[in-house]
Amino acid sequence: MSEMVKMNGLQAINAAMFEAMEADPKVLVLGEDIADREGGGVTGTMRGLSTKFGDHRVCTTPISEQAIIGAAIGVAINGYKPVAEIMLMNFTTVAMDMIFNHAAKLRFMSGGQTSVPLTIRTLTGAGWQTAGQHADHLEGWFAHAAGIKVVCPSNPADYKGLLLSCIQDPDPCLFVETGGTLFVPGEVAVDQGPIPLGKARIVQEGTDVTIISYSTMMLRCQAALAGLAEAGISAELIDLRTISPWDKQAVLDSAAKTGRVVIVHEAVRNFGPGAEIAATINEELYGQLKGPVRRLGGPYSPVPFSKPLEDAFLVTPEQIVEAVKGLMG
Amino acid sequence: MARASTAKPAKGAAKPTPAPASNRERPAEPVRYEASKDELMAFYREMLLIRRFEEKAGQLYGLGLIGGFCHLYIGQEAVAVGLQSALEVGKDSVITGYRDHGHMLAYGIAPKLIMAELTGREAGISRGKGGSMHMFSVEHKFYGGHGIVGAQVSLGTGLAFKHKYANDGGVAMAYFGDGASNQGQVYESFNMAELWKLPIIFVIENNQYAMGTSVNRSSAEDQLYKRGESFRIPGLQVDGMDVLAVRGAANTAVEWVRAGKGPILLELKTYRYRGHSMSDPAKYRSRDEVQAVRDKSDPIEHAKRDLEALGVTEADLKDLDKEIRKIVSEAADFAESSPEPGLAELYTDVLVDTY
Ligand SMILES: Cc1ncc(C[n+]2csc(CCOP(=O)(O)OP(=O)(O)O)c2C)c(N)n1
Ligand SMILES: [Mg+2]
Repeated sequence: MSEMVKMNGLQAINAAMFEAMEADPKVLVLGEDIADREGGGVTGTMRGLSTKFGDHRVCTTPISEQAIIGAAIGVAINGYKPVAEIMLMNFTTVAMDMIFNHAAKLRFMSGGQTSVPLTIRTLTGAGWQTAGQHADHLEGWFAHAAGIKVVCPSNPADYKGLLLSCIQDPDPCLFVETGGTLFVPGEVAVDQGPIPLGKARIVQEGTDVTIISYSTMMLRCQAALAGLAEAGISAELIDLRTISPWDKQAVLDSAAKTGRVVIVHEAVRNFGPGAEIAATINEELYGQLKGPVRRLGGPYSPVPFSKPLEDAFLVTPEQIVEAVKGLMG
Repeated sequence: MARASTAKPAKGAAKPTPAPASNRERPAEPVRYEASKDELMAFYREMLLIRRFEEKAGQLYGLGLIGGFCHLYIGQEAVAVGLQSALEVGKDSVITGYRDHGHMLAYGIAPKLIMAELTGREAGISRGKGGSMHMFSVEHKFYGGHGIVGAQVSLGTGLAFKHKYANDGGVAMAYFGDGASNQGQVYESFNMAELWKLPIIFVIENNQYAMGTSVNRSSAEDQLYKRGESFRIPGLQVDGMDVLAVRGAANTAVEWVRAGKGPILLELKTYRYRGHSMSDPAKYRSRDEVQAVRDKSDPIEHAKRDLEALGVTEADLKDLDKEIRKIVSEAADFAESSPEPGLAELYTDVLVDTY
């Protein structure tokens, strides 16, 4: 066992960035407000990097998302490994053409001649009353594009390990940070290295029901575990970690074992990642399930400003417990 | 405008003759507005209302009664007041970004409806669904309140399109920041607006910072009034800390666009005293820098001196301050005591029908 240190997600990201930049001079950083002169990023995750590696390698950019991602792709196809920050996930919409039509497709469209080792870091999540244009979970949009990986960590060790993997990966990766998980401290091995993309983590083993989640909703699922245990339900909890490509094997193995599945995410339930997972489980395990796959997610609504409405927008641990109980019949 | 040639003249060749100055019409140099005592008093009153309203909003935020992102307009009051005093509420359209409280107050929108939106109440102007950054009053032709930096410029271009298409005599005013002026869609909008000679006043509120990034760290051409030049949009740089200079420029601009000459770009040099939002510790600038602007260029103090020169007494101003404080505290009481929206509201206004 290596030595463990306590840190939160912000510190884990910062540590991963320092390591990646020290190890590989091809890693560059672009984003709004990220240099130390501007504060090292809105959440401070880039703090210290420009001082150590220079403003030419850690560039504060104008507010020009489309050009930030476009330029990062241009650098990437020339062998560099840019880490571009889009301050909040809703602002990726401004750069959607670059992400969807270019970053995700260049390798294929060039018959494999080009490689886009680009990491896009972004932040999102409801719960801070930032309303309709600052809090959406759009990972499903990106997962719908072939050619880009979508990574959604839920804890400090994963923040570090998964970010290291994204930076090293030869393909574009969207790395989604969430306000609900970034500030929560956790144990991280001092030598925490890359964690493979596309591999889920079994957080708790169980036999009655499989709960699948990621990002902030992972923490709410963990909060539901005590209630489930109290009710005598043995729950298996899976942290998906990567949304695309997702760990089908881990999910199907668990679903086959328990026969009951609840998927929980903050993204709007309609057409959300849960729909893909549920459909796959139904296709692969038809006849082996003890009940329909249940999905919990955001309602069909923009994220509201009002506190009580915003609270109602988010799935609660109680609702998770209820959903599982409903499945147990 | 002389057109500069980039080609180097060959050695010994005759000196190139300077390109002729463009004979394109330009707006007249704005002149500082000569306000009557009553007019200046009205400007002062509105600026003070914005200042006190924002101070109160800051307090309520500190008390936890306002959540989310809350961007105060303190320091920039002369811009919205001076410009919008030249517009006609309900006829001319106004659109801006998330730092929108001042523009709403300057358009005569009720302080209590704004404050109740900041506290997320049912009685708020967006029924608690939008919050500080997303407020609208279609009745006044105030079209938001937008959180995506630069988006309001394209939207504003559409507002102007409507004014022209419907020939309703109105003009659009689209505000955006120095930071927003680096978004691509701003230039797509400039081109369309000039191409179609749309009646729109583009207003860059250059408060020197975009969150923590100063203009010089983000803008190759930091004289932002020039940003429309290659689209043939005339630009004027204006002292945004002097409400009468602002109003003077507004008159020039309104005259230009109402006459069908197409868009105009105003760069208002201004300053925000507070952090970018309530959660910004503002470490990218010194306290001295902020204090120096407050001491030397405060728009309210400036107007106050002008008023005193016109014979307004200290006592008159004190009475006014009292009246404004009362309006603001009533708005705050209303915003604290009115009910929050019911949970069913989550599903209304998404589409016309509820699903
Ligand atoms: C497309 C987009 N990118 C980034 C942001 C985050 N953001 C919000 S305000 C802001 C700074 C804008 O500065 P400026 O345009 O100068 O306006 P000011 O805040 O000074 O009024 C940034 C980067 C955003 N809201 N939208
Ligand atoms: Mg600014």
